[in-house]
Amino acid sequence: MTKAELAGHVLSFVARLITGAQGHWVGSTPKAEQRIYFANHQSHFDWVLIWAALPIELRVNTRPIAARDYWTSSPLKHWITREVFNAVYVSRSRTEDEDPLQPLVEALAHGDSLVIFPEGTRGFQGEPMPFKSGLYHLAEQFPQVPLIPAWVDNVQRVMPKGEVVPVPLLCTVNFGAAMSLQPDEAKADFLARARAAVVALRPRVS
Amino acid sequence: MFRTLRDLPVDAQVGLLFVSLFGVLSLITVGHLLWSLRRQSEPDRDTLRDRKRNLRAVWLAAALFWLAWISGPIGATLLFAVVSFLALREFITLQHTRRGDHRTLLAVFFVVLPLQYIIVARGHFDLLTVFIPVYVFFAIPVVSALAGDPHRFLERSAKIQFGILVCVYGLSHAPALLMLDFPQHEGRGPFLVFFLVVVVAVAHQVMRLATRWFRGPAHAPDISATFSFRAWYIAAGSAGVVGALMYWATPFKAGQAFVLASAAGAIGMLGEFVMEALKRDAGVVQWGNRPAITGAVGLLDRMAPLCFAAPVFFHGLRWYFNVGR
Repeated sequence: MTKAELAGHVLSFVARLITGAQGHWVGSTPKAEQRIYFANHQSHFDWVLIWAALPIELRVNTRPIAARDYWTSSPLKHWITREVFNAVYVSRSRTEDEDPLQPLVEALAHGDSLVIFPEGTRGFQGEPMPFKSGLYHLAEQFPQVPLIPAWVDNVQRVMPKGEVVPVPLLCTVNFGAAMSLQPDEAKADFLARARAAVVALRPRVS
Repeated sequence: MFRTLRDLPVDAQVGLLFVSLFGVLSLITVGHLLWSLRRQSEPDRDTLRDRKRNLRAVWLAAALFWLAWISGPIGATLLFAVVSFLALREFITLQHTRRGDHRTLLAVFFVVLPLQYIIVARGHFDLLTVFIPVYVFFAIPVVSALAGDPHRFLERSAKIQFGILVCVYGLSHAPALLMLDFPQHEGRGPFLVFFLVVVVAVAHQVMRLATRWFRGPAHAPDISATFSFRAWYIAAGSAGVVGALMYWATPFKAGQAFVLASAAGAIGMLGEFVMEALKRDAGVVQWGNRPAITGAVGLLDRMAPLCFAAPVFFHGLRWYFNVGR
């Protein structure tokens, strides 16, 4: 076992100890195929939770997106995102000649699954914010890849913004039915539909 | 016969208890297996799945219990501490705490809970009794108030305090029994834990069966559709009988064992009734995550009777037999 694998096991164990990290597959089943998971975003912990809720065989090929400037700023952050999570780095500062989605497109072309948070930034109360258009462009370029909506529940209570130590509370990840971009579907319609699919997975009692 | 049993060396008694425990479990499992082969209508399948899940949980608990036993008092205390942690996690999940409670909850999980179990492991009975009701219950509102959020303050404090009372304070009295030394019965603490856990489990299971077979009128249908005093008497009585049958492994006489066991069973079932009311208040059917595919069921559902019975049993023993001082 390499150091990175060991760190992965320890991390998922801690995530399970603190949150239970239970995955509920409501509309789809865990399956070894290329997928794009998209979910609501409340905390840095969201990714770890989705990752820990996935069966271990799927974790290897399922990659998060990490902001290059933040997640490579220290050797430890860089090592965790690169070696343990195999993150896809994107730069937040836009330059004219660079497509910010390019690294994601490369990863998908390579056959990897991705987890993206289309709100773009962490929302802190209630309803998720409107989705950014990245999901639409990816769905357009990779029509054969199923899009799986997911709702990560309760994480904002585990680690509110500004706190460092997580409180142990049960969290769940609900995975919904696969969707894809319809022919002739407008961008705004598709993004609204995707957001509604995520919101529909929210448990009624939380 | 019981006198011979009583005179056996401790090791033989331990062996006998666990052989009977696993023997009874095996019989029930085989019975369940045969029953499941016989009938297969739709509603049966649901009860069958329920029963299967229960049975698996009981096996797991029995195996863990046996492991804790062979690893000695430290192992048993650690086991109960972990169960406490998981149960409290389930409890707090369903309570609407706010951001201002974050520090309080951290203190509860990572300071109060370990400290309480360290106190148990070291056998400081007086401190065990007052640490949570006196010191912690005053400290919690202070820490919450310092966070500066007055919104629903009383409700939030009360919820956290109740969670600690049941999941930490209550349950920590079960391993504390390990440290009770009766004159002429030194080192018999583990039998007391065994006694308590078994009689409460018997009461719990009998209560379920009794509500199905001899159902009396539900006492408070808004809280529990099944709780009736008739079933409660039956459950307490059966716990008493099982307790009396085990008297030879404990420092009690048979009559005392009967009274203690039925009291523990009765209190445990009232505890479950209270937890039922809390669940209704929180709007859920069971503690923990929905069972769904992974099959996890609320741990607190299974532990609640023990959480309520343990402190009463422990302090009853201390007072009546004048031990542990």
